[in-house]
Amino acid sequence: MKHLLSASDLSRDEAVLILDTAAAMAATQERAIKKLPTLRGRTVVNLFFEDSTRTRISFETAAKRLSADVINFSARGSSVSKGESLKDTALTLQAMGADAVVIRHQASGAPHVLAQSGWTRGAVLNAGDGTHQHPTQALLDAYTLRHHLVGLRAATDPVGRDLAGLDVVIVGDILHSRVARSNVELLHTLGATVTLVAPPTLVPVGVEPWPCAVSYDFDEVLDAGPDAVMMLRIQRERMVDGGFFPSPWEYTRNYGLDARRLARLPDHTIVLHPGPMNRGLEISADAADSPRAVIVEQVANGVAVRMAALYLLLTGADHMQGETE
Amino acid sequence: MSAPTDSPRPSPEQPDEPPGDARTILTGEDMSRALVRIGHEILERNKGADDVVVLGILTRGAPLARRLAHVLADVEEGVDATAVVGLLDVTMHRDDLDDQPTRTIGTTSLPRGGIDAKTVVLVDDVLYSGRTIRAALDALNDLGRPRAVQLAVLVDRGHRELPIRADYVGKNLPTAADERVRVLLAETDGRDAVLIDSGTGTGPRRQR
Amino acid sequence: MTAYLLQGVRPLGGEPTDVLVGDGTILVIGATAAGTAEATEAERLDVSGLVLLPGLVDLHTHLREPGREDAETIASGSRAAALGGFTCVHAMANTLPVADTAGVVEQVWQLGRDAGYVDVRPVGAVTAGLGGERLAELGAMAQSHAAVRVFSDDGKCVADPVVMRRALEYAKAFDAVIAQHAQEPRLTTTAQMHEGQVSAELGLAGWPAVAEEAIVARDVLLAEHVGSRLHVLHLSTAGSVEIVRWAKTRGIDVTAEVTPHHLYLTDERVRSYDPVFKVNPPLRTAADVEAVRAGLADGTIDTVGTDHAPHPREDKDCEWAAAAFGMTGLETALSVVQAAMVDTGAMTWADVARVMSATPARIGRVGDQGRPLAVGEPANLTVVDPDARRVVVPADQATASVNTPFAGMELPGRVVATFLHGRPTVMDGRLVEPAT
Repeated sequence: MKHLLSASDLSRDEAVLILDTAAAMAATQERAIKKLPTLRGRTVVNLFFEDSTRTRISFETAAKRLSADVINFSARGSSVSKGESLKDTALTLQAMGADAVVIRHQASGAPHVLAQSGWTRGAVLNAGDGTHQHPTQALLDAYTLRHHLVGLRAATDPVGRDLAGLDVVIVGDILHSRVARSNVELLHTLGATVTLVAPPTLVPVGVEPWPCAVSYDFDEVLDAGPDAVMMLRIQRERMVDGGFFPSPWEYTRNYGLDARRLARLPDHTIVLHPGPMNRGLEISADAADSPRAVIVEQVANGVAVRMAALYLLLTGADHMQGETE
Repeated sequence: MSAPTDSPRPSPEQPDEPPGDARTILTGEDMSRALVRIGHEILERNKGADDVVVLGILTRGAPLARRLAHVLADVEEGVDATAVVGLLDVTMHRDDLDDQPTRTIGTTSLPRGGIDAKTVVLVDDVLYSGRTIRAALDALNDLGRPRAVQLAVLVDRGHRELPIRADYVGKNLPTAADERVRVLLAETDGRDAVLIDSGTGTGPRRQR
Repeated sequence: MTAYLLQGVRPLGGEPTDVLVGDGTILVIGATAAGTAEATEAERLDVSGLVLLPGLVDLHTHLREPGREDAETIASGSRAAALGGFTCVHAMANTLPVADTAGVVEQVWQLGRDAGYVDVRPVGAVTAGLGGERLAELGAMAQSHAAVRVFSDDGKCVADPVVMRRALEYAKAFDAVIAQHAQEPRLTTTAQMHEGQVSAELGLAGWPAVAEEAIVARDVLLAEHVGSRLHVLHLSTAGSVEIVRWAKTRGIDVTAEVTPHHLYLTDERVRSYDPVFKVNPPLRTAADVEAVRAGLADGTIDTVGTDHAPHPREDKDCEWAAAAFGMTGLETALSVVQAAMVDTGAMTWADVARVMSATPARIGRVGDQGRPLAVGEPANLTVVDPDARRVVVPADQATASVNTPFAGMELPGRVVATFLHGRPTVMDGRLVEPAT
């Protein structure tokens, strides 16, 4: 593995390997001494063109737990607005000797451009690009699903297992969601059945080949008894300005996870949210604070998954040979 | 992305089927005798089995550690073989992660009583450069504070790169750097044996 | 002026013959050419088996000068055009300043004459500053030395239906044509690529086919209503082909253009996120490519225009969203048309002459270009080796920019010679400096 750019790059075995490695990482994080010397002497750059304190801290923690040196680079103002270009930023980081670049960018495909450009020799980790992909989010969601619905539910060690047979529902702004795109691909690869739920204005034209079902009726989908419900963040301003739905209240009535809908879920069903939540819009406090919600756990799992990704990208004799497999 | 090597599949140094020119250094019986002898030496050195725990270094040290624990339980009354054995994965403490394909991380599991104030006997199959043991000592350091750490190996083939020596050795085996020592275990390979392949002419290879 | 005897050349891909060129015209065609008095003095070119076409005419070139000489100049773009087999190009109006006054169009026209590789015909802006609100002084530009006959806000759509109506009506006074960049602006506010399955997966904001088709449909109806002629630039969707086909059956005076890249490339290319494939209108689906090829073959689409759009390297050396729209095309257009249309059997070389020379010249009202290959006609000629194959190397091109989407691809055909009013601008595939 040279880069981690898209969930679609991962085969089933590769995805399971990352989850298994994350499990090993998670085990080390229960010890008194959490820090491991594994990536000592390596430099990981967090290159964030888009503000996301949560994701940056998660990657930073992961890198530091593996003893890597971490440089945080917040590019204020995008290259679109003619600040420093992505190219010059990347060349600067290369000069600093970055072994891995964790990039968050508002432009879809920016991590691909960085990985293919030759501007940096380091591994490129996509930490969210535009409305395209956010592969480590999908991996941490898959890890959380596997932990609860394969491991705890059957009281077995889920290592080596995928998500075969699980029904996962993803609800919200699919059109603009990199989380949804990543999850549809990864969860499908891992054998889960995915159903997207959204008002038609928030489903992309061209969704047909996606390996998932699409519904406009949340209640009908809930009646089928899904194993997990993932609520996506709704960006209030974007929705109102774009005219995607008439009002936040109408959205909440039809697509919000409230106490009434929560009560209809099977006992084992868990509730996920990539955060940050809009309480009262896509998810009510009843749902967010219910025992079904694994939202805080997702955050902790994010560190383990990112440790796993960094470990797999930055070790091994083949990791600097430049091929994207 | 390349699949990592190592457990449970055999590594390139330890293929399932030995090539024809391999010489047998230890038979299964030799190995059993060596483990029994090491067990006795451990008990003698530590004046019994009190506070002794046996940690097998993944991957091939693990079955050896389990066998050794059974030897201790057979000889010493009151020793529960499953209670004194643990497994130690040293992958994340290695200094050669760049030299080989990405390694799968194994699961470390300590005996129920932990390792604090215990005498830890590390168990591995082959002692060679000493780097695996260095990594194991570092890993132990993050897990607790043993009273003492001792090292048991089935084969010591020399060529040390660090000031590390074994306390208990099944067999001292002088080798050339380009020879390959392979330990077969019934648990993973179907039979017990220690084999040596003569130099292949391809130069020395790094080996655990 | 030197005379040239083209020996064994195949006019429009037909039977081999000799063609004698001198005094800026075609003097003789046929076996007798070699025996004429002029032929004894003539430079003889062994071009046996090569195809002779009328010099190509592009209705859609961005030469960037004045204002963006870092991307292209009229001189560098003219050289690229000559190497591509063109003898006449129409320079689009979206320069800095905009070509919306007689002064700017005359400057462009004069710089083209100074360069001397092709006839540069300026396109005038439809609206002042391409603002879409107020008509530019179409009359002044039409009556200037540049004699503008094509008006376009290309790069932007004349979106206001009233402004478009007025432009169509007003242009009739000069026998000019309004060339529309059909793009409904509200439907394409943040658009980055064709809206469809690939955009859904890549998470790039979509440029729906309907944003083009809605304008094409509106404009053909406007043209019918006011009895004007309309030229639809870079038609890119199957739906647009259908609308134009319908309009022509109704007798509406509409012509349509397709670019080489829309004949050859699809939105699948965008998966690389390489901004060299970012263009407006965007690369469409394979079904659209099939439809525009069929439309060009059956005459629904009248012309191939390059939409040659050079950009400085920094405008493409970046992430997709930050990159400029556009790709170069002058030096690859003929090869791409050969690959897409001729080598596939969909068109003959005579058809190529029609869509890349005769018809664009007629739409642009360029009297001495796009003429038949006949004695007495102006010697604007292109000699093509259809059997040659070449790999496109951006750095080797004459255009000042390197944003060709065909970089590294092997394409058929090579322009061996180009004659502009009897004078060679290209010989043996290399530029010939004009005599000063």
